[in-house]
Amino acid sequence: MALLEVESLSKHFFGYPALDNVSLKVEEGELLGIIGPNGSGKTTLFNCVSGVLDPSGGHVRFQGEDITGFSADKVFQRGLARTFQLIQVFPDMTVLENMLMAAQEREGTMIGRLLSREPKSARERAHELLDYLCIDFLHLNLASNLSYGQQKLLDFGMALMSKPDVILLDEPLAGVNPTMIQNMVGHIKDLNAKGNTFIVIEHNMEVVMSLCQRIIVLSQGQQIAEGSPDEVAENPLVLDAYFGR
Amino acid sequence: MTDVQSPIRRFLPLLILCGLLILPLGLEQYKLFVGSLVLVYLIAAIGLNLTLGYAGQISLAHAAFLAFGAYSVGILQPHGVPFELCLFIGATISFFFGLLIGFPALRVKHHFLAMVTIGFTIIVFLSLRNLENFTGGSFGIPGIDRPDWGFISFDSDRAYYIYMMIWAIPVLASAYWIKNSRWGRAFKSIRENELRAAALGVSLRNYKLMAFAIGAAYAGIAGALFAPLLGYIDPSAFYIERTIQFLLIVVIGGLGRFEGPIIGSIVVVVLPEALRASQSLFMIIFAVCIMLIMLFMPKGLIGLWDLFVAKFIPPSTETKADLRSAE
Repeated sequence: MALLEVESLSKHFFGYPALDNVSLKVEEGELLGIIGPNGSGKTTLFNCVSGVLDPSGGHVRFQGEDITGFSADKVFQRGLARTFQLIQVFPDMTVLENMLMAAQEREGTMIGRLLSREPKSARERAHELLDYLCIDFLHLNLASNLSYGQQKLLDFGMALMSKPDVILLDEPLAGVNPTMIQNMVGHIKDLNAKGNTFIVIEHNMEVVMSLCQRIIVLSQGQQIAEGSPDEVAENPLVLDAYFGR
Repeated sequence: MTDVQSPIRRFLPLLILCGLLILPLGLEQYKLFVGSLVLVYLIAAIGLNLTLGYAGQISLAHAAFLAFGAYSVGILQPHGVPFELCLFIGATISFFFGLLIGFPALRVKHHFLAMVTIGFTIIVFLSLRNLENFTGGSFGIPGIDRPDWGFISFDSDRAYYIYMMIWAIPVLASAYWIKNSRWGRAFKSIRENELRAAALGVSLRNYKLMAFAIGAAYAGIAGALFAPLLGYIDPSAFYIERTIQFLLIVVIGGLGRFEGPIIGSIVVVVLPEALRASQSLFMIIFAVCIMLIMLFMPKGLIGLWDLFVAKFIPPSTETKADLRSAE
């Protein structure tokens, strides 16, 4: 059984199919890349899987459970975390608070979150991760005081914080300087080697080709190719989609 | 570096403000009454600060919640229900109506939510005026007694002030607890970025409803204390002006800051009284003061303290080290 299974997922906006019958499977420990020209439905796919949008048709199964149409918070609590294309942090909260926020709703009951103290382990894990991402020295700063690259790292750290089973990264390298790209790619590779499962949307071809073991190509809402980086790069349909005939 | 918290900046303003709340005990009758009003407004504003300041959900329904508390006392007391039970019932009714008014907040935001909640205030106001058998209509309910425990009576103004303080303490303490709990953080996350909060497992529905319900319950407590303070209630005390006053208190004090409602309620209640000497001009002067505060201190009066701290109080040693490594 695959960890995450998407079965003929569709999403229509006013009758226009943004996502049309897309199916894919992700095994545990995999690093799957999703590429495609602008408007090909990559982010819509993420939104439908993570519960931000309600799919118009099809199914999403996660660890054997049908989670189609679950709200975003429920999907997260099942163990599927994501980042967004544009940085989404809590600007008026400190870096540490941002990290703690990212983990507190995963386990326990709502009433427990009011009455009992937060477990110490959460704070320790937050510092550990911030340290790993080299931004621990900023932990008392407001997130809005961080530079773009630092916010991107924080955003990434928040996705890792709750120890999710799958992490969806929506363009983790967009707008990041070359040094930071190396840094970020290193983190993703390293974490993947440690057993974390990732699905990555990315426009930087060079990086995607070197990072992912398997790549899925979307175009106009449809899946047009799937395979290893080499296979995909030679696929005429893919070249068509990017450059036109 | 307004984000670094040293113990002094964390607790000094709170201590000073709580000290100010004890002050009216030493004052003569009229000033003591003004001080009592500050306490009532403070408790209601703490509720609104939770809903609006922390969770970011605009509510213009707080006058209505105040009314639930006040009318619970006014209606039940003649039937021999002890005051504390009336207060509890009033707070509970407010809590459930708070839940109810929270549902629209799941669909609409900002000024649309403001419209919905102000509509609720108007409905409650009209109901109070028209359900004459029950609420006494526009004539209201006179002769509301202050609590009397037999061995001790809170009938005198000074004693009743102490009685209200006894209630203010658990309200302040519980609000402080909520603010520092994981709920407080979840509320803030909704205010800061709803999309991300949901994607991190925050149940927008549950937390928004609770932000409304708890905020309303505090206003219910304030209302219950308000009724015996005046001894007489009528619907006009719970109309839109009152709701706007609460909004003013929270915004002027500092939205989403614990000290905000304390500063705000002192300013909004005491300043007009202090300006009364200027007779017909006093509301105009008050309004100008408010505008100036908002123009120059968009973060509220607590922002002044922040500026003062940033200038004169050095950061604690831990944060100094942090700053150095940040350079």
